Amino acid sequence: MKQEIIIAGFGGQGVLSMGKILAYAALMDNLEVTWMPSYGPEQRGGTANVTVVISDQEISSPIVDTFDVAVILNQQSLDKFEHAVRPGGILIFDPYGIHRMPERTDIRIIPVNAMDKTIEMGNAKSYNMILLGALIKAAPTVSVDDVLKGLKKVLPERHHHLLPANEQALLKGMELVD
Amino acid sequence: MSQEVKLMKGNEAIAHAAILYGVDGYFGYPITPQSEVLETLEAEMPWKTTGMVVLQAESEVSSINMVYGGAATGKAVMTSSSSPGISLMQEGISYLAASELPALIVNVMRGGPGLGTIHPSQSDYFQATKGGGHGDYHLIVLAPSSVQEMADFVGLGFDLAFKYRTPAMILADGVVGQMMEKVVLPEQRPRRTEEQIARECPWAATGHSKGRKPNVVTSLELDSALMEKNNERFQETYRLIEKNEVRYQAYHIEDAEYLVVAFGSIARICLKAIEDAREKGIKVGLIRPITLWPFPYDAIREASRHTKGILVVELNAGQMIEDVRLAVADPTMDIRHFGRMGGIVPNPSEISAALNRLMNHES
Amino acid sequence: MDIQDIIKPENKVYSSPRLLNDSTMHYCPGCSHGVVHKLVAEVIDEMGLEHNAIGIAPVGCAVFAYKYIDVDWIEAAHGRAPALATAAKRLNPDRLVFTYQGDGDFAAIGTAESIHAANRGENIAIIFINNGIYGMTGGQMAPTTLEGMKTATTPYGRNVELNGYPLDITKLLAQLDGTCYVTRQSVHKPAAVRQAKKAIRRAFENSVNRRGCSVVEILGTCSSGWKMTPHQSNLWMEEHMKEKYPVGDLKNIEE
Repeated sequence: MKQEIIIAGFGGQGVLSMGKILAYAALMDNLEVTWMPSYGPEQRGGTANVTVVISDQEISSPIVDTFDVAVILNQQSLDKFEHAVRPGGILIFDPYGIHRMPERTDIRIIPVNAMDKTIEMGNAKSYNMILLGALIKAAPTVSVDDVLKGLKKVLPERHHHLLPANEQALLKGMELVD
Repeated sequence: MSQEVKLMKGNEAIAHAAILYGVDGYFGYPITPQSEVLETLEAEMPWKTTGMVVLQAESEVSSINMVYGGAATGKAVMTSSSSPGISLMQEGISYLAASELPALIVNVMRGGPGLGTIHPSQSDYFQATKGGGHGDYHLIVLAPSSVQEMADFVGLGFDLAFKYRTPAMILADGVVGQMMEKVVLPEQRPRRTEEQIARECPWAATGHSKGRKPNVVTSLELDSALMEKNNERFQETYRLIEKNEVRYQAYHIEDAEYLVVAFGSIARICLKAIEDAREKGIKVGLIRPITLWPFPYDAIREASRHTKGILVVELNAGQMIEDVRLAVADPTMDIRHFGRMGGIVPNPSEISAALNRLMNHES
Repeated sequence: MDIQDIIKPENKVYSSPRLLNDSTMHYCPGCSHGVVHKLVAEVIDEMGLEHNAIGIAPVGCAVFAYKYIDVDWIEAAHGRAPALATAAKRLNPDRLVFTYQGDGDFAAIGTAESIHAANRGENIAIIFINNGIYGMTGGQMAPTTLEGMKTATTPYGRNVELNGYPLDITKLLAQLDGTCYVTRQSVHKPAAVRQAKKAIRRAFENSVNRRGCSVVEILGTCSSGWKMTPHQSNLWMEEHMKEKYPVGDLKNIEE
């Protein structure tokens, strides 16, 4: 088993932390994992992406050019990564702010209205958890339990009161995928 | 407890490993992509636990000279920076080597020249392995390719530095500094006591000179005959290091018809390309030098005897390839370079394409 | 009376400091470094710090300070002595750690290290010899060279339009929160020597007791660089140097 995932969007959308929670979830499940971010000024407003590789074998390269799953949060990232999804792979995207829809027919395309749902839930922080929920439903490499354990590791203790809200968002995200 | 598997960035692993090794002092100045080393140390507050000193200096020039001052008193001290900062440190590194002081310097390389880019690069290979500062000297240069090695090489670097009384460098890059991966950190070791330092470093200017002659740590010797003797002593040490401390990792070289040579994180991207090639039945092997100095000349020469061609992959314009050429006995061997510069990291398919060009004799 | 009758302990009126060894000094006749070396050696001995001191030597005329005073020394790169001292003291907090630097080392190439070590309040003592000229390299302009003063690189006198103004770094350092004791002294007369010795002792006590950073500037003479006899140098210093660099405490925080 090996899954190569890219999460891409604007800096500040929680792209890197979504990847981090996923990586910790893999750690909780005793899987091998690498988390490789784009870094630098782009973290602060520009585009940001993170590659997460999860495997039951030792991982050679943390950098790959094709992906099993792409989670896309803005138009630039869609333009850049739509064609990097392997045939048969999965593309999850939030249509919010997207003006050119994905066109591939050889991959599974899953629109997730995460922004709308976030506004509806009234908690801006739940945005990336909704998408993460959608991701683990569509590509169940890691379990909900592991994600929640991972989240506990990533969140500083003083923010642990936010865990229930995050769990709710995660489950909501899962509901949004058939 | 200590076998706990953790997930962290390479830069964070360096910081934790330093505390756990019992390092006495860290002196550094923030620069991307390695600022997490200092940030992690400041957050961990090791001065409250092991007594380790952590200080943000006013510049890299000051950092390396703090390292020099601390090392001269026999303490285990280190700094970390990235390419432009390491350039600023070169004078101090030369002084460390000339004064025969153990110390650890971490370079998480970014693309140059000049201010360049903050993105990953390996373009400081020449600087690290061929001198860097003025004078005839070498650093022991370790090239980690994983977060685990980032942690492990802190201890290894200090062990070698103290064994040979010479500064050691961890030559990492932005990929291995910034990526998160699983790591098992070493057990906490106590910092060395004053008595241990006096015993193990009888040369140190500890200030506690009772019962011995005063110690002077200096690189100055105006008598040329004596300065030549100093140089001869340094060179003897270097020959000893070359004899004892060559480290490398070889993958699939037993039956390899083509050989890839790469170091650091790029070796792992190459490995992915090699896995893909092997799936297609192409026999490709990899040698990953772990010590860039001393360089594994013999291993590469040996592996090249039954290969048809060699691809050297680096994040630079072609630096380590010169050592590979020196290693290979056969002057007719097709030795090629594939590199990306300016902070671009090639993906596995680019490396596969370069391998194909080598196999098909295409330019 | 035979000379052997005179050489008796009870007749001794002066002896060379115990920690100042018999190496032949390389300093020029009339140079102030010799006197200051003597004071440093005496103070270390009198404070009982012979086996508890780390000196940091500079680049400049005092580059070989480590050859003359018998304590542990580290020879710094040009200007970096305060950085070395910072680490040496932080890693060995119970030691006396002092630097011995000239004007080029301390106030030109090493300005960043000087200001930041002082500003951090490093518990080190800085002995700063200001003779307004680069002695070792052959009498070139120093940051502290006076306006109009002739040197090898200001052959027509220091012109502030070309070369900027003399830098009173000691005054600058006195304003920093990290310094506890900042003083300017000279060693051209016996009374001045006694004052300078007191200042050095105070600075060393501050280092050992970790009260902050101490700076002892000592106005020095450079007969070779100034192209004067030692006596003329003393007179010239009295007349010219003290006008720009007045002697006395600039800062002295008790306890």
